[in-house]
Order: sequence, then C-alpha cells, then structure tokens
Amino acid sequence: MAAEASTPTTLFSGAWIVARREIRDQFRDWRVLAPILLLTLFFPLLMNFTASQAVDFVGRYGAPIIGERLIPFLLMVVGFFPISISIVIALESFAGERERQTLEPLLATPLSDGQLYLGKTAASLVPPLAAAYLGITVYLIGLLVKVQWVPSAQLLIQILSLTTIQAMVMVSGAVVISSLTTSVRAANLLASFIIIPVAMLIMGESMIMFWGLYHILWWIVLALMLIAIVLTRMGLRLFNREELLARELDVLDLRGTGRRFWSSFLSGARNPLEWYGGLFSKSLKRIRFPILITSAILLTGFFVGYKQADVFRLPTEIFDVNALDKDWLEILREFGMLTPSGVVKILWANIRAFILATILGIFTFGVLAEILLMAPLMITGYFAGSLTQAGQGAFQYITALVLPHAILEVPAAILAGAAILQLGMAAISLPKGSSLGEGWTTSLAEWARISIGIVLPLLIAAAFLEVFLTPRIAVWLLSGS
Amino acid sequence: MSSIEAKSLCKMFGTFTAVDDVSLHVKPGEILALLGPNGAGKTTTIRMLASILKPTSGSAKIAGYDIAHDQVAVRSVVGLLTEQHGLYTRMRAAEYLDFFGSVYGIDSSTIQQRTRTLLGEYKLLESAELRLGQYSKGMRQKLALVRALLHEPQILLLDEPTSAMDPESAHHVRSSIVELRSADRAIIVCTHNLFEAEALADRIAIIRRGKIIANDSPDDLKRKMVGDPVMELRLACSVDGALKHLPEGIVEIASGVNWVRYSTSQPEVINPKTLSSLANAGIPVVTLSRVERSLEEVYLQVVREDDSQEGVVDGR
Repeated sequence: MAAEASTPTTLFSGAWIVARREIRDQFRDWRVLAPILLLTLFFPLLMNFTASQAVDFVGRYGAPIIGERLIPFLLMVVGFFPISISIVIALESFAGERERQTLEPLLATPLSDGQLYLGKTAASLVPPLAAAYLGITVYLIGLLVKVQWVPSAQLLIQILSLTTIQAMVMVSGAVVISSLTTSVRAANLLASFIIIPVAMLIMGESMIMFWGLYHILWWIVLALMLIAIVLTRMGLRLFNREELLARELDVLDLRGTGRRFWSSFLSGARNPLEWYGGLFSKSLKRIRFPILITSAILLTGFFVGYKQADVFRLPTEIFDVNALDKDWLEILREFGMLTPSGVVKILWANIRAFILATILGIFTFGVLAEILLMAPLMITGYFAGSLTQAGQGAFQYITALVLPHAILEVPAAILAGAAILQLGMAAISLPKGSSLGEGWTTSLAEWARISIGIVLPLLIAAAFLEVFLTPRIAVWLLSGS
Repeated sequence: MSSIEAKSLCKMFGTFTAVDDVSLHVKPGEILALLGPNGAGKTTTIRMLASILKPTSGSAKIAGYDIAHDQVAVRSVVGLLTEQHGLYTRMRAAEYLDFFGSVYGIDSSTIQQRTRTLLGEYKLLESAELRLGQYSKGMRQKLALVRALLHEPQILLLDEPTSAMDPESAHHVRSSIVELRSADRAIIVCTHNLFEAEALADRIAIIRRGKIIANDSPDDLKRKMVGDPVMELRLACSVDGALKHLPEGIVEIASGVNWVRYSTSQPEVINPKTLSSLANAGIPVVTLSRVERSLEEVYLQVVREDDSQEGVVDGR
C-alpha cells in the first residue's frame, strides 16, 4: 500500500510559496534593491525635471505639441526602466540556482513543474513591477505639482498595461532562457534575443507616441499579451528537471544532432519505398492539424482578397480576358515562359518563397510563413473579386488561368505551410521531457521529409503545368481558339 | 514488503551509461549503503529513486509509488539529502525550514514544532539566528539533513551525509542515521567511505561503472569475498602441545610461539568446543578473539574480481 503523500494543493499556492521566498531573498540583496530604489525614486524626479524644462523650452518657441507628446513618452520610460531589472532577475532564476547548487533540493520536493516555473516567473515579475508602478506614481505626483498635468484615464491604463505586459514578455522569455542554460553567463549572453527586440519595440512605441497614434498602443498590448502566453507555454513545455540537473555543459553536439536528424528523417525505413510509404502513413498523419489550420488560413486569404475587391476597385476596362489569344502565347514565349527555362524560373520562384517562409516561420512560430503563403491566394481572390466586379466570370477565370496548375500548387502550399507551422511551433509543442534541441531536430527532419518527398515533386509538376498547360487551356477556354 | 524496490534501473545520458541494470530492495527499518567510487552512478541512482531523473529503462517503487508515473507522490514521501547542501545562504534556519515545510504542505505550527525539535537534536538551536552563509560546512550539512527529515519521510536517501563534517559531527550524524531506522524508515546511504558503510549499513551494495557488483550484509560480503572468519587463540604457554587438542574442522592459518590463527565457517560451534577442549587438557587460554578483516579488503577484492570477470555477486 502506498504511503500518504502531502503537497501544496493548488498550482498557485505552490507557485506563491516559491515566489514568496525568492522575493524575500531579493529584498535582502542590495544589488537588486539599489537600482530598484534609484529607478523608483530618483529617476522619476529627474524625468519630472526634464519634462518641465522641455515644456518650458518648446513653449518659448511655439511648439507646445512637443511638450505634450514628451510627457506621456517619459511616463512610459519611467515605467519601463524599473522593469528592465526583471530580465536580470529572471535570467538568474534557474541558472543562478543551478550555479549555487541550490536547485537539487528544490527539484526533489513535491512541487510540480508548473508551480516551480510560475513561482520563478512571479518572483521575477513582482518586485520590478511594484517598482515601476511606484515610479509612475512618483512621476505623476511630480508633474501634478510642477506643471499641473494629469494623464487621461485611457493613457494611464495604456501605460500601465504596456509596462505590465512588457515585463511579462521579458520575464517569460528570460525564464525560458534561464531554464535552458547551465550558467548565468550563458543566460546573459542569450539575453540579447530578448533585449534587442524589446529595444526595437520601445523605439517603435516612442515613435507612435510622438506621432500621437495612441490607439495603436492597444494593438501592441494585445500582440505582447499573445507573445507572453506563447512564451509561458513554451517555458512550461521546455521545463525539464532532468535537463536542469543533469546537463553539465552547453556544448553543441553536431554529431548527435546529425544522427537524430537522420534517424527521424528515415523514420525506420529500410528502403526508398518504405520511406515513401511512411511519408503518407506517418508524416501526413502527424501534421494533420497543421494541414487543417493552413487550409483554413489559405481559404480565408482567398476570401479576404475577394472581399477587398469591393474596397480597392480596379478600372473594369483592364479586364478583357477575351484578349487572351494566340498572340498572348507568343508574348509568353518571348519571355521564355513556354520553354523548359520557364519551368525552372517558376520552380525557383516557388522554392525561394518556400525557403523564405520557412526562415520566417522558424522565428515566428509559423505565423509569418502562413501570412506569406496566404498572400498569393489573397491576390488570386482579389483578381477573382475584381473580375466579378467587371462582369467577367470569376469561375471561368480561375478555371482557365489558375486551376490547371493550382490543382498541384495549392496542395503543395498547404503541405509546405503545415510542415513550417509544425516546425515553428516545435518549441511550444514539445513532447514532455524532450529538450528544445531534440524536439526541434525531430521537427526539422519531419519538415525535410515532407518538403523533399511531397512538396518539391508537387512544385516541379505544378511548374510544368503552369508553363506548358495553363496558357493553352487559358487561350482555349477564354478566347475559344 | 520492500519500501524501496528497484528493478533493472538503467540511465543513459546520450551514449554514456551512468546506471546499468541496478536492482535494489530495501525493507522498512533497513539501511543499505550504496558504496562506490566517485562517478560510479550512486548519485544518479539516488536521483532516479527520488523521481528527479527518469530512468531510461527499468522501474522502481518507492513506498508503493512508481518513480516514473507518481513523481509528485514519490517526492513527497522521500527525504533527500543532496551531495551539495543546497542552502539559501541569506536565510536563517527557521525561515529556511519554514519554506521547505510549506512546500511539503505541512501547517506552520507543526513546522515550528519540528524545527525546534530537529534543530535541538542536531545542536543547531544556538546558531538559529545566524544567516546560513555564516554556518560552517558541518553545520550546513546538518541543516540539510534536518531539511530532509522535516516532513518525516518514510524513505531517506542520503548522498554522502558526512562528507564535509568534522569527526565529532560525523559521529553524531551517523548515530542519528542509525536511530532514524527505528521509525521503520528505509534508508539508502551513498558513500565512498568504507568505514561509514560498515558502521551504518545492514547491507552494502557495491556499485562500479553503474553496475551493482556485490550486494550483501557486511559479514556475508566478507565471508564470500575474503573467506571464513579468522580466530586468534592466545595461550599462557607454548602452542606446540595445544594444537592436537583443537577440534576438527578448523583450518590453521598461522601460528607463533604462544598463539595460533585458524579459520572456521562456524565460529559459534567451533569456538566453544576449542575452549572446552583446551580447558579439559589444562591448557590456560589468555584470549580467543576474532581477527577483524576490513571492508577495504572486501572492496578491493570485489573490484579485482569485477575487473577480471565482470561477475556479479548478489546475496539476495
């Protein structure tokens, strides 16, 4: 019979126990306290001084609008500076404990992965956020006293939301890094993956605020919220007690990675026939959800494009599909399109788009890849819509100019998009217990299997059809000759 | 029923096999010493049993819970003393124990009461106001042991429990470990200290290159590895006339002017016979004592055998 086991009951109670200890510990460390106090008390007062001086100065030269825009901008800066400390605390969270050899007793407790992870995240968030709110309060009180400026409720909520969500994004990203590295030094080096995008974001926000386009800040808040959710999920998936404890060195094991890739690429096949069979029986099954998502996205793209024809109208006279006659074929031939070199040109264009989509997809969880692949469908939809506007048959147009090769090209795009989506999402959909490297290598092998086995052959065939068949069908169907 | 039951545990890190086919059984109230050199796989075995590392293959049950599937439950019934003390150096003892007590879901009054008792027992009450960073190595190790005991675990896994201690503290901790057995706890002590293994353990499992190469009680290990117990008989006269009075079944190993050493597989039968036979013959006996063979001899013999044949001696 099993003995009675006792543990903290809920996810949040356990997480709070971890967070509370860490927060107390941070407040005993002058290296954390000193910058927080400095940024909370001294810096807002400095910004007050800067704001009042700037308002006076620009007022003298008849440009009060600069002062008006500067004050909210400084409000954002006052909030941002203290939260920049959160990244330091978060980077230290797991890697630091590992370095100080305090991690093993903690990992040996009944705390769940989620409780440990969220506890560490909360501990990195709470003190810098409290400092940020305090700093904002000090700044606002100073402004009220000096220049009698009070922010609108909307601006205040926007700045508080931005400050909070930016801290969440930085902390969730830094905790992911900290849990994946073996030393604080390695974590600090990898922190540039967070610092550089956040610095660019702050520059963008500054421009938006000086431009006075405050409503855009809401979209930034929304986008950052999604990123924070994705990063938190990614961190929870990647959190691995074994990796944290057993990994001694951050070494690049190229041979091991190569072996894993090759083994996943072959997927147990002993000959090309088995490999091809496995491609349809295993790989396509594994990416069935990404296939559904990509299909839905491409279809949506077509209809969005179709609807845009109502908004952005083209002159109807440019649509004379009946002008597609044998002369048109001659023009195409002159451009080398009805020859094998035309096949190569089209194929190369498609492969380039596929490679670009893959690169973008890797860094954006597949999102930009889907958008890129959606673009041709949107354009097709837009022309179909415009043809309908012009009284020409969209169905006829699609059947003649698109369908003959799209019958292969669209499935290729769907499968390519699905494989990229799977690859991009690898970091947040890892099998529990797999490391990021393992999961990513396996997904890359799956991407390579689908690309080489299905997408590439489909694109080659589609390029042949597009060069040799589609123009003839178009002429035959649209001009009747 | 065993409190700790491991079957064919294996752990691989990449292509390196850290633990290879380890099977262990520890009953309630029993202490098993996992004895081996550094890098033998002791810590990895302990970490698997504590559900921190997942075995590559094999299985284990800790107090009835499966280490691979009931990880949270396993961790809540195990008290783990890690090789590194792992204390938060800015905290004080009571605060530190309060944190770990909360993690184990113990209410605060019970934590306070156990903290007082355990700190007193391990002579740490006087230093309760110091930050843990100010503790000596031995004090840190003792506090880490207190941490492992705070939730009164049924299973104790102790990785090098006296490694940083002075002789007095080490003696104290060893005595405590022996006492801990009385509450029906199953205890595994990892050590490379032969003296400690012999002093503490009911059974010793020698682990080398990730494999258990011997597993038995210290006495049985000695008997198996270095032969029957050896007795030394000292007389008040010359041994020349006395040898013929010694009972049958003993093997004379060495002798001097007034002493003789013999080995026997049944000292409890042979020794009384020897004394009675010598007394009947009027030969005065000064002492009859057992010649202690060190565990070191056993260990070196096991290692030599492992090197030559990679055989496994298992008394179970």
